[in-house]
Amino acid sequence: MAKNISFTIKYWKQNGPKDKGHFDTHEMKNVPDDTSFLEMLDMLNEELINEGQEPFVFDHDCREGICGMCSLYINGTPHGKTERGATTCQLYMRKFNDGDVITVEPWRSAGFPVIKDCMVDRSAFDKIIQAGGYTSVRTGQPQDANAILIPKQDADEAMDCATCIGCGACVAACKNGSAMLFVSSKVSQLALLPQGRPEAAKRAKAMVARMDELGFGNCTNTRACEAVCPKCESISNIARLNREFIKAKLND
Amino acid sequence: MWLIDSSIGRKVVMSVSGIALILFLTFHASMNVVALFSAEGYNMICEFLGANWYAVVATIGLGALVVVHFVMAFILNYQNRKARGNNAYAVTNKPEQVEWASQNMLVLGIIIILGMLLHLFNFWYNMMFAELAGLAGPFDNPSPSDGYAFIVKTFSNPVYSVIYVLWLIALWFHLTHGFWSAMQTLGVSGKIWFNRWKVIGFVFSTIIILMFLAVVVKFSLFAA
Repeated sequence: MAKNISFTIKYWKQNGPKDKGHFDTHEMKNVPDDTSFLEMLDMLNEELINEGQEPFVFDHDCREGICGMCSLYINGTPHGKTERGATTCQLYMRKFNDGDVITVEPWRSAGFPVIKDCMVDRSAFDKIIQAGGYTSVRTGQPQDANAILIPKQDADEAMDCATCIGCGACVAACKNGSAMLFVSSKVSQLALLPQGRPEAAKRAKAMVARMDELGFGNCTNTRACEAVCPKCESISNIARLNREFIKAKLND
Repeated sequence: MWLIDSSIGRKVVMSVSGIALILFLTFHASMNVVALFSAEGYNMICEFLGANWYAVVATIGLGALVVVHFVMAFILNYQNRKARGNNAYAVTNKPEQVEWASQNMLVLGIIIILGMLLHLFNFWYNMMFAELAGLAGPFDNPSPSDGYAFIVKTFSNPVYSVIYVLWLIALWFHLTHGFWSAMQTLGVSGKIWFNRWKVIGFVFSTIIILMFLAVVVKFSLFAA
């Protein structure tokens, strides 16, 4: 049975990237614990609007754990303490207790400037993809599905890498603001498949160069990224990217 | 030059210099263990590694490695701080699998460098440097190639013993992360080898540190 909880929410307010920003607090009363975290924020905004205040801005879209648009740093963890493999929209209030103080912050990284409050600009990830996260071969008509044989293990692993939704939790969790888990997953999903091999070296070099240029940090293998990744990407992807990159550079 | 211009290149420099330094530590620990059972044997090694040209060249190479590892660490740290941005999180929650050492490599490195400076003053300055500079046993010290006497002298002072033990503990933490991290950066890791490198690194660093510790403990507590 659902029960109701009351708690204090401490949320980040910031007017654009140049503003210093500050926390506001609000008391939430009798919130049913089967409410999702984002629904709870909707309730907060209803109350703020009724009080004549400006609503709290945050990113969200599909709200069914697919798109990777939601991005809140909740009580010190990107996406909060959801069950493994879920984003903020799949976090429910039953994970919290009566009387808690819930702190909500944006992804904090130089690569992701704040647009407003907890909404950050993650277009840097799109720019990295544009640098080479695709295959540019002319595919023509679809071939027979089994014309190119791919070992099941490789196909599965490529699929696991492709589940990265580019939410940016890895960068948010990293003390170095490094985007290596994202970039390595996006390089791996193609590097593992024969269709991706012809451009593998070019891709690894271009995407890493763009990542560095956009001001993301250097990976120091702390593993904070894989601990918080809502899609459970593994740092073995990072080892693969390192391998691809070093091989490409040595072949130059 | 991709080793300096790219993030992965800079990490490769850290990995390769780090692995070279681990190999040096392995050699140094093996040499030290000789002092546990033979003063003469140990001094033979000291003489061999005195002011001979190959020992001097190797020392310069080693110094260069330390400088590269150290300078690159500061460059990486500076860039990483910049990438992190100026706003710190109000609440942070360290995930369980994140090792403490992995987030404090720079601090551990600075402790190691400070310990190393003391160590160079205790031994290298009185030995290879004294020989090169032609100072015969400065400050009423034993002869420059009598390494055994320097060990006895240093660890007769309990302050030095405690500092050396703390230094070795910092080095242990640094190595347990550094070892597998280097393999990860060089790309010779994966889902299976990640766990293997972690275990190998843990066992290897523990053995090396125990070898160093054995000498400190013996000459501090059971000096002849």
